[in-house]
Amino acid sequence: MSDTKYKSVLNRDPDDLWEDSRAIVNIGPIHPAMHGAFRLVAKLNGETIENSYGEFGYTHRAKEKMGENRTYHQYIVYTDRMNYVSAMINNTVYAMAVERLMGIEVPERTIWIRMVCSEMARVIDHLVCVGINAVDIGAFSYFLYGFHEREEAYTLIERLCGSRLTTSFTRIGGLMADAPEGWEKDVKAWVKRTRKTIDEMDRLLTMNRIWQKRTIGVGVITKEQCIEYGFSGPNARGSGLDVDLRRDQPCMFYKDVEFDVPYAKEGDIFSRYLVRIEEIRQSLNIITQCADRIKPGPIWCEDKRVRIPDKDVVYNTMEGMIHHFKFFMTGFEVPAGETYTQFEAANGEFGFYIVSKGSSKAHRMRVRGPSFWHFQALPLMVRGLKVADMVATFGSINVIAGEIDR
Amino acid sequence: MSVEWVAVLAKTGFVITMLLSVAPVMNWVERRGAGFIQIRRGPNRVGPFGLLQTVADAVKFLFKEDRVPAHVSPFYYFIAPIVVLVPACMTFAVIPFAGPITIAGQVIPMQAADLNVGFLYIFAIASLGVYGLIMGGWASNNSFSILGSMRSSSQMISYEISLALSVVGLVMIHSTVELGQMVKLQSEALLSFGPIVIPRWGIFVQPIGFLVFLTAVFAETNRLPFDLPEGEPEIVGYHVEYGAMKFATFMMAEYMNMAVASGLAVTLFFGGYQLLPGMGTVLGALHLQGSTQDWIRVLFEIISFTVKIAFFMWFFVWVRWTLPRFRYDQLMDLGWRVMFPLSLANICVTAALVYKGWV
Repeated sequence: MSDTKYKSVLNRDPDDLWEDSRAIVNIGPIHPAMHGAFRLVAKLNGETIENSYGEFGYTHRAKEKMGENRTYHQYIVYTDRMNYVSAMINNTVYAMAVERLMGIEVPERTIWIRMVCSEMARVIDHLVCVGINAVDIGAFSYFLYGFHEREEAYTLIERLCGSRLTTSFTRIGGLMADAPEGWEKDVKAWVKRTRKTIDEMDRLLTMNRIWQKRTIGVGVITKEQCIEYGFSGPNARGSGLDVDLRRDQPCMFYKDVEFDVPYAKEGDIFSRYLVRIEEIRQSLNIITQCADRIKPGPIWCEDKRVRIPDKDVVYNTMEGMIHHFKFFMTGFEVPAGETYTQFEAANGEFGFYIVSKGSSKAHRMRVRGPSFWHFQALPLMVRGLKVADMVATFGSINVIAGEIDR
Repeated sequence: MSVEWVAVLAKTGFVITMLLSVAPVMNWVERRGAGFIQIRRGPNRVGPFGLLQTVADAVKFLFKEDRVPAHVSPFYYFIAPIVVLVPACMTFAVIPFAGPITIAGQVIPMQAADLNVGFLYIFAIASLGVYGLIMGGWASNNSFSILGSMRSSSQMISYEISLALSVVGLVMIHSTVELGQMVKLQSEALLSFGPIVIPRWGIFVQPIGFLVFLTAVFAETNRLPFDLPEGEPEIVGYHVEYGAMKFATFMMAEYMNMAVASGLAVTLFFGGYQLLPGMGTVLGALHLQGSTQDWIRVLFEIISFTVKIAFFMWFFVWVRWTLPRFRYDQLMDLGWRVMFPLSLANICVTAALVYKGWV
């Protein structure tokens, strides 16, 4: 062996996929298992993934830059498209961030409705996650049982704001519209039905031998690795990391409701699945408690800067007309300052970092989408597993393309 | 032309027609069944209960552009679907769908071909189908399809062994491999409690054999929980580069294989064309004589055979929409470490019982 060749062997980079002659398989971005648009380049030995790296960015829409040249009010619609599975949570977090920057207190009724919506979004997100994960492992019917309740939840959300997926429901300092009469009752009825469905889904799949074989001990990430990789939310709790921002940094009225934070220790697909199923139950509990406490009252704060003028004022008075025009054309000014407001979204810590220099547009808008941190650990989790396990692992960490790429 | 030749042509025509119509009907059953299990409707717009949906699909498949990707090996790419389809059509030939009938003094067995090798023929021909899958995957020149054909070849070969061994017990008990003979022998009573008679059906004399057979058959037909060569969310399958009617041919072959597997299961373990409980009484009550009686009996037998097959076909659909999928190595584990020893043990136990004369 010549000297140069010898050196090249010594300097071999273990992470270089293209080093030797193994089969390189390009999984995604157009692949049924890559929910959204991702790509995993895997070096296969037979069916075993020896090494891999993930790529994202296929749905990048410059959301953060958009935040710097849209007014605070205009930006609400962009938040829908981040985690599009649970858009309500994004709306709520964004509204909270701007409200904190402006020092606005929103009325109680608004907060309770926002909490119900957030928890409903969480239930939707978890239902989709465990359902899609089951589809990846081949249990298609299971997915549709949950999907039915998801559609029902969307119908309830539709009654609030007229749209199902991209809600844009919150406003800075209030809500787009008040909840219709009897909405709380329907929400409670939905909770009852969903609880039944969850029990049914639990019975169908959790103790299934094939399901357990496919999920237990697969796609493991340890507690320490979770911390290293910045995991949060159900994925971190699945590895025994007992964190939940709703309990640890309570915002809104989370102090006043009772709920448990489930966590599992193994860190495999099965424990993440169990955590999500249990979290759906806890969220349903929270929804019932919140729905009971929604009292009649105003939904807008008294602050004139952010309050959208009523329609009869706009149509009948000159001042109202000007106010309306100024509000939507130039927006309201937010005092200089900065905030990082985070909340426990369905996938983990979801936060807005906003820097204001006093104008009606943010100077800097930065979004923390939890999936970004989860996705980068995927190559670590799937190393040495089979292709089919990769698909299952990927489904179990619930990576949402819109949240990573923004 | 002699009666025999006419009969052979008629029987072959009947079997082929039935088999070719299995694919569209089963496609409809599968989709409606999925809807039924998943609390939704399924196809219900084209024709009554959406029955013509599959016709519409077939028309769509036929009229689609028959595109051949540039990177495939055209010859093997082209013949692969045919290689899968032809054995699927051929295997049903030896399965008797009714009892023999006497026409003009000649006994006509009601199966397309009355071979003395019986179900050995089925196993021999059915294993040819895997060549089509390998060819299709290999000729597609795509990593995913090659993974699919690798899976299919190893899966088919491993489970064929358990499949063949699972019916050895039956051969020992009945001392024949001819399917017509086997069905006849199954009509005898095994146990009788007053009016309730338990026949010598394969499932009662060989319960373990039946379980192994059933599992292996799921693997052989590439159905969930063993549909790894397809494995839609993982590797999409050996037919990932196929489109239009070529793809539909693979699908057709799958449904035909299901029909063959169900037919075999019914013939070996459920008394074949033996009348369903109650039908014998009806036949007796009709007081028919001569050839009319014979023809009505054949009709009844065809009906009960069809009903039994339909149950198994539904069972395939039922399982598909209920269970999750195995992983490839777990599948091989199950095949070699559970099914194979189990079928061997079954043979040993059966041999001992036969030697003692207990069955």
